Amino acid sequence: MKQNANPPIEKFDVIVVGAGPAGNAAAYTLAKAGKKVLQLERGEYPGSKNVQGAILYADALEKLIPDFRDTAPLERHIVEQRMWLMENASHLGTHFRSDQYNQQPGNRYTIIRARFDKWFSDQVQKAGALVLCEMTVSELLRDETGRVIGVNVDRANGNIYADAVILADGVNSLVASRAGLREDIKPANMALAVKEMIFLPKETIDARFNIQGQEGVVIEMMGSITEGMLGTAFLYTNKDSIAVGIGCMLADMKAQKTTPAELLEKLKRHPSIAPLIAGGETREYAAHLIPEGGFDALPQLYGDGWLLVGDSAGFVNAVHREGSNLAMISGQLAAETLLELAAAGLPASAANLARYKARLDDSIVIKDLKKYRKLPDMLHKQPQFIGDYPGLINQAAFNFFSVDGRDKQTKEKEIITAFRERRSLFGLLGDAFRLWRATR
Amino acid sequence: MNIVVCIKQVPDSTHIRVHPVTNTIMRQGVPAVINPYDLFAIEEALRIRDAHGGKVTVITMGPPPAAVALRKALAYGCDEAVLITDKIFSGADTLATSYVLASAISMLGKEQPVDLVFTGKQTIDGDTAQVGPGIAKRLDLELLTYVAKIVAVDQAAGKIQVERRAEGGVQLLETRLPALITMLEGSNEMRFGTAPDVFRAARAEIRTWDRNSAGIEDIKKVGLKGSPTIVSRVFGPTPRDEKAEQIAFDPAAPEVATAALLEKILADSPKVAKELARHQAGEHAGARHE
Repeated sequence: MKQNANPPIEKFDVIVVGAGPAGNAAAYTLAKAGKKVLQLERGEYPGSKNVQGAILYADALEKLIPDFRDTAPLERHIVEQRMWLMENASHLGTHFRSDQYNQQPGNRYTIIRARFDKWFSDQVQKAGALVLCEMTVSELLRDETGRVIGVNVDRANGNIYADAVILADGVNSLVASRAGLREDIKPANMALAVKEMIFLPKETIDARFNIQGQEGVVIEMMGSITEGMLGTAFLYTNKDSIAVGIGCMLADMKAQKTTPAELLEKLKRHPSIAPLIAGGETREYAAHLIPEGGFDALPQLYGDGWLLVGDSAGFVNAVHREGSNLAMISGQLAAETLLELAAAGLPASAANLARYKARLDDSIVIKDLKKYRKLPDMLHKQPQFIGDYPGLINQAAFNFFSVDGRDKQTKEKEIITAFRERRSLFGLLGDAFRLWRATR
Repeated sequence: MNIVVCIKQVPDSTHIRVHPVTNTIMRQGVPAVINPYDLFAIEEALRIRDAHGGKVTVITMGPPPAAVALRKALAYGCDEAVLITDKIFSGADTLATSYVLASAISMLGKEQPVDLVFTGKQTIDGDTAQVGPGIAKRLDLELLTYVAKIVAVDQAAGKIQVERRAEGGVQLLETRLPALITMLEGSNEMRFGTAPDVFRAARAEIRTWDRNSAGIEDIKKVGLKGSPTIVSRVFGPTPRDEKAEQIAFDPAAPEVATAALLEKILADSPKVAKELARHQAGEHAGARHE
C-alpha cells in the first residue's frame, strides 16, 4: 500500500521560494539562526534554472559566509576592467588594470552560476534548511484574513504551511503575480539578455587577455552593437571558457523586431571581439530577463506573511550591472527582519514587515536604485546617448589617430564640427546636464 | 508483492562528450541521472504495488554519490532504497555487477521473499542488456526481457502475464513468480511523486551495504578482479564519406521531386530497383488473372 497517504501537515517557520542568490541568502541566514526553514526550487537542482553573466561581487557574500573563498567554485578574480564604446568596425575604450586586485581578498570574481548556486545551496543545507528541488509553487495559501500562511506545490498533497513566505522566485515571480502581490512584468521594465559560453583552453585565454593564474578580465560594451536600442554587452573570462552576451530592453527589441540571437551573432563577429573568441566551442546558450525598471518600477515589497527579495522584487542596478549582490543583501535583510520579529515575539504582519522596507531603504539596495532613478527614462527619451555618441567618439578617434598629412588643428575642428552637426552646441550642453542630473 | 528494482546512475547522455584522442567517455562535470530505461522499470513496479499492495525497494551498486539516484527514486514513490557500495566493487563488468546485485537481492529475500525483480532493458552507457539476465540466472528467476506491458498479476496463483516485444511481433507470455522483468522504453509514463514522497525522499536514511551486508561470499567475483571483459579499443563510427544531396522541392509540383528522388534511390540501389521491377511485373500479372 502507498505509504504516507495521509501525511501529517508540515509546518515551517519560513518557506523560501527559489534557490537563487536571494533565496539562498535568506534561507542560509534563517537556518543558521536555528529556524525551521524549507526552501523550494522548481529546477532539478539549485542553479539549473539560473542564468547570469556572471560576476560575483564578494562583499554581499562575504557578509553571509566570510570564508566563502575557501570552498566556493570561483573562476577568476578580475584584475582588469575594460569599457568599450563600439562602432561597427572599431571600439574606443578604457582599460583599468591593477595589481592590487591580485591581493587577497579578491573583490570581484567570474563564476559559473550552475556550479556556484549548487555550492551556495550546499551551505544552506549544511546550515540546516531543508531544500527540495523539482517543487514548483503553484500558489500561496491564505487564511480568511488574506494573510499568507503557506504555499501549494504542484504535486499531490501539496499544501505546506509556514509563519512567513519569502518569495525569491526570480524575475518572472509567477507566484507573486498570480497572487496579485505585484503586476505582471512590463516589457518597458525588462531587459532581455542572451549569452554563450565559449570554451577555449586556459592557456589560450591567458594569452589573449594577457593574464595568468586566476586573473580575469571583464569587458563591458555599449554602442552600435545594440543597434540604437538601450542595452549593453559583456565579455567575461572564466577558467577555460568565455562568457559573451548582450542585452537590450525588451520593449526596444519588440519595437525594432530584433531577436537577441541576431545581436549576439553580430557581436561575436565584431572585429574587436571575433579574435578573442576565435576557435572556441560554444557549449551553452542561455537567455534571461533582467528587471531593469529601477526604482520607479519597484512593486510592494512585503505584506501579511510575505516578502519579496532579489529579482522578483526588481532589485537590479542596470547601470553598474549589479543584481546578484543586491539579491543576496535583500535576502539577508528579509531574513534578519523575520529573526528580529521572532525574537520580539511579533507576527509577520504587514505592519511589522515594514521593518524590512526600512532596512532596505537604509541599504545599498534602495540607495543605489534611487540614485539612478531617472537614468533609464532619460536614456529612452534621449536616444543620442546610445545612438550617436559612441559612433561620433569612434570617428573622432579614428580621425585623430590617423596620420594622413593634415595638421592637428584642422582635425580637431573637424571633430568638433562632426559633434555639432549631429547634436547642436545646446544639445551637447544639455546632454551633459541631463547625464549629470540623472546620475546625481 | 515484494518488488525490487535495480537501477544505475549514468552520465546524462545529452551532456556526454567523447575524448578526441582516447575515444573514452569524458564523465567529468557531466551530470548524473537515473538510467532512463530504469524509469520504466520503477514506474511499472510502483503500478503493481499500487494495485496489489506490498513494497518497492530500489537498489543500486555504485559509488556513494549514487545515493542521489536512489533518493530520486524514493521521490517518485519507491518505499525503500539500498545503496550497495564498496571500494572492491569498482571496475565491475556485467558479470561482476550481476553477481553483486544477485547477492544483495538474496539478502533482501531473507528479510522477506522477493516476488518480482525489475530492471531497465539496458543502460545507456554500457548498452549490454546483460545485467538483468545475469541476475535472473544466478537467482534462478523466470526471465522476461523486453517487456512492453504487464497484462496481469495473479498473486495467489503466483503467476504473471506480460507482453514481450519480439522480432516480428508481440509475444503474450505467462510465467510463474518469482520472476525478473526487463522493461522496454515507452511502456509507461513516469509519475510525478506526491509532495509527501518528496519530503520523505529528502529525509530518508538510505541503507548502505558493503560487501559483507550484501552477502558477498567470493570477493574474487566482484569488481575488476571478477570482470573478464576487456575493452581493447573504443572507437567512434566512421562517418559516411558520400556527400548528402539535396533535391529541390516545389510545393506546386511535388511529383517532380518525388520522381527525382525515386530515380536517385533506384540508381543507387540496383537491388531495390530489380526487386521493384519484379514486384511490379508480378502485380500486373496478377491483375491480368482477375
